[in-house]
Amino acid sequence: MITLSSVLRRYTSEVAIGPVNLEIQQGGITALVGPNGAGKSTLLTMIGRLMGMDAGSITVAGLDVSKTPSKELAKTISILRQENHFVTRLTVRQLVGFGRFPHSGGRLTVEDERIISQAIDFLHLGELESRYLDELSGGQRQRAYVAMVLAQDTDYVLLDEPLNNLDMQHSVQMMQHLKRAATELGKTIVIVLHDINFAGHYADHICALKHGEVVALGTPEEIMVPETLSAIFNTPIDVIDGPRGLLACYF
Amino acid sequence: MSAITRQETSGPHQDRRHDPVASRGGLFAETDAHRRSGALPSRRAALRYWIVLAVLAVLAAASVLGTLAYDNPMEFGSRGFWLIAQMRAESIIVIVVVAFCQAIATIAFQTITNNRILTPSVMGFESLYRLVQTSAVYVLGAAGITFLTGVGQFLLQIALMVGFAALLYGWLLARRGGNLQITLLVGIVLGGGLGAAATFMQRLLTPSEFDILTARLIGSIANADTDYLGWAIGLAGVTGILLWAQAGRLNVMALGRDTAINLGMAHRRQMIVVLLLVSALMAVSTALVGPLTFLGFLVAMLAYQLGDTYDHRLLFPLAWLIGVVVLAGSYFILKHVFYAEGSVGIIIEVVGGTFFLVYILRKGRL
Amino acid sequence: MVVGLLVVGGLVVASLFVGQYDIFGAEDGAQMFAITRIPRTIALVLAGAAMAMCGLVMQMITQNRFVEPTTTGTTEWAGLGLLLVMIVAPGSPLVVKMIVAVITAFIGTSIFFAFLQRITLRSSVIVPIVGIMLGAVVGAVSTFIALQTDMLQSLGIWFAGSFTGIIQGKYEPLLVVIVVVVAVFVAADRFTAAGLGEEFSTNIGLDYRAVVLLGTGLIAIATGIVTVVVGNLPFLGLIVPNIVSMFRGDDLRSNLPWVALTGIALVTVCDLLGRTIIAPFEVPVSLILAVVGAVVFIALIVRRS
Repeated sequence: MITLSSVLRRYTSEVAIGPVNLEIQQGGITALVGPNGAGKSTLLTMIGRLMGMDAGSITVAGLDVSKTPSKELAKTISILRQENHFVTRLTVRQLVGFGRFPHSGGRLTVEDERIISQAIDFLHLGELESRYLDELSGGQRQRAYVAMVLAQDTDYVLLDEPLNNLDMQHSVQMMQHLKRAATELGKTIVIVLHDINFAGHYADHICALKHGEVVALGTPEEIMVPETLSAIFNTPIDVIDGPRGLLACYF
Repeated sequence: MSAITRQETSGPHQDRRHDPVASRGGLFAETDAHRRSGALPSRRAALRYWIVLAVLAVLAAASVLGTLAYDNPMEFGSRGFWLIAQMRAESIIVIVVVAFCQAIATIAFQTITNNRILTPSVMGFESLYRLVQTSAVYVLGAAGITFLTGVGQFLLQIALMVGFAALLYGWLLARRGGNLQITLLVGIVLGGGLGAAATFMQRLLTPSEFDILTARLIGSIANADTDYLGWAIGLAGVTGILLWAQAGRLNVMALGRDTAINLGMAHRRQMIVVLLLVSALMAVSTALVGPLTFLGFLVAMLAYQLGDTYDHRLLFPLAWLIGVVVLAGSYFILKHVFYAEGSVGIIIEVVGGTFFLVYILRKGRL
Repeated sequence: MVVGLLVVGGLVVASLFVGQYDIFGAEDGAQMFAITRIPRTIALVLAGAAMAMCGLVMQMITQNRFVEPTTTGTTEWAGLGLLLVMIVAPGSPLVVKMIVAVITAFIGTSIFFAFLQRITLRSSVIVPIVGIMLGAVVGAVSTFIALQTDMLQSLGIWFAGSFTGIIQGKYEPLLVVIVVVVAVFVAADRFTAAGLGEEFSTNIGLDYRAVVLLGTGLIAIATGIVTVVVGNLPFLGLIVPNIVSMFRGDDLRSNLPWVALTGIALVTVCDLLGRTIIAPFEVPVSLILAVVGAVVFIALIVRRS
């Protein structure tokens, strides 16, 4: 379980995130949604201890993220930001291998190699594993980053807009991979999503943020309600029962 | 805690045997023995690396031997031959030490700054060195240079430079929101201030004093005094070993702040540690032969190109050898072809600087 | 604005009357006044305004607050040009030296802008770092040439900015920078537009290349002339626009007169300091500027972060 209590981050005297009190259940996919500037990514990066907070505390599986050594946390939570470019040239397998660093400290054991192979296969990257990252397409590269995070083998996985820059096909595939990771591998995945329909379809819980505060939290069925969505996104939104589930219509 | 985590997470992996996707994983598992994640991704890459390393080793040995033996007026093997060779050997040792310091410091620095066009000389050391040397000549006249040569003074200069770095980085980086690039910029500007002070004092020197000073201010192997060579080797060796011990972490640091923290790195602390080690190496090199801005850049760039690996354990030795080849090679050529051994430092600066220009004009992203 | 003008006016008058030579007591006081003090003060005003505005123009075009002639290698290029003239034709008049310095400064600035256009940047702070390294490359070439021709010390002396040697007959070329100052005032809006990128300026019907070329030309002329006549004035173009926008916000256009005034004030104060602290000797203004500049600049970025 991820617990945020009175988490606050100030930017200027007017702009602030929080105070946020939130409990994210173990298991499944929890989607953070909300309009631009609502503080979704900030919240995620604070949970992933990439950014400090001004007040409050965050615990992941009982570990206080601002007090626990980073090394310990790396075995429990992993976080992937939107933008990743490295100065070093890496192959897919080398990148995924870095995911084992918290466990192996850089010297890979046979067991590490097995987990790396599994993570690569899980995202169907087997054929690409010895290609260099700069030779891959955007979607393939994104999958490689996710594979690295899976190889890290943490119970909690935080992803900041992993669908960014992906086309429709790759977005859907990525969500299917993540769904499988949640169900088959028992991961708790927290993900920032832009498209409410992706959240409605794939997430198990949706947490809506606005002006730096949590305004709604619940299952997709509870959140995918015209009034709630319209209030969150400041746009008139209808919800229809589509052939494959609930769909938000905002045109 | 971690044991529990491992048990929990290994559970689902076993369960996967029963579903179709996992059984596909199982098929792959049989070929797992061939799937390795080494720093050199394929046999070809590995072969390439070792061939490059071997060629460089041969080249380095050739330039070292060439420097020792070429144009030695005495008969090979005679007592006189060895005496001359011994004198030259000191230059070679200096070259090896300087190449070591510059190569390793630059690569480590570029890794933690996540930027392959910076060199640690931007940290303001050279200006500090320049100021110290100039003040000595200014205050004491030509005798000032002699005053600055001695083991104690050598160590003092190194301490001064490392202290400068420690103060600057300790102060700026340890603050909340401390940003490496801003810290570097502060270093550069401070360097500018120190440099201006040095330039002012240089104006007031007599031309002969100035000539003596110039010799010290331009990187030259002849600047090194063998009295404290032992100290230099010791300091560089210890720092080098410490950095070598960090190689695995440097590999992770190269992935950038966010990824490094995600993988459990105490990023800021690691950065300060590496910066201090880098500053110690740079201080040794600068105090030994004077400032060299672009040697490190040249060597590191070649090492990345030739090595094509992320692993610092493989990059460090490669870069060191390249450094020796470049320095000893140009020393040899300048000495025996152009009879201008004094200009090694400045020639390397110009060549390295040109490479730098070409490189940044070709490269798309910073 | 009026207060600003008054303060700067006061400084200028102070500059006129501070010095070793007793212009009132001595018989030829008035003459000395005309030969040394007036030229020196005019030089201060022109160089201060020009270099501060150069910094502002570069910052407008690059949209980067840390850019100015000394952090982009422009001054080093001007120095290289100067050195070349001193070697090839040592006896050539000041005008020739200036023209060559302006040409090399132009080449250098163009290289820097070309470089900025070709890369995508992750951080604005990296730009000046690269610029300074670019300057170091050119500096290494200069040092090499100077070393081979035994010019190192004279290069150093020429390069360290100082108003000491500015007397009647030496400062007149500086009057050219008035043109630069005026041109900057006229073209300021275009530079701001160009700073928003090639696509943006084309969209509003501006010839991007022409504007950047104009900017580069103006910067090169001012830097080249000031370098030849006065020497290097480090960080002036950097700190002045930054200080002004700290007090007045980021509207570069309306900051322009303030930048010119503050530039004049800063150079004059530094020169007055240089003349008085170890009188009867003088500390070159470049040293004081570098020290003051370093302190102000560090305070600036530390505060901002």
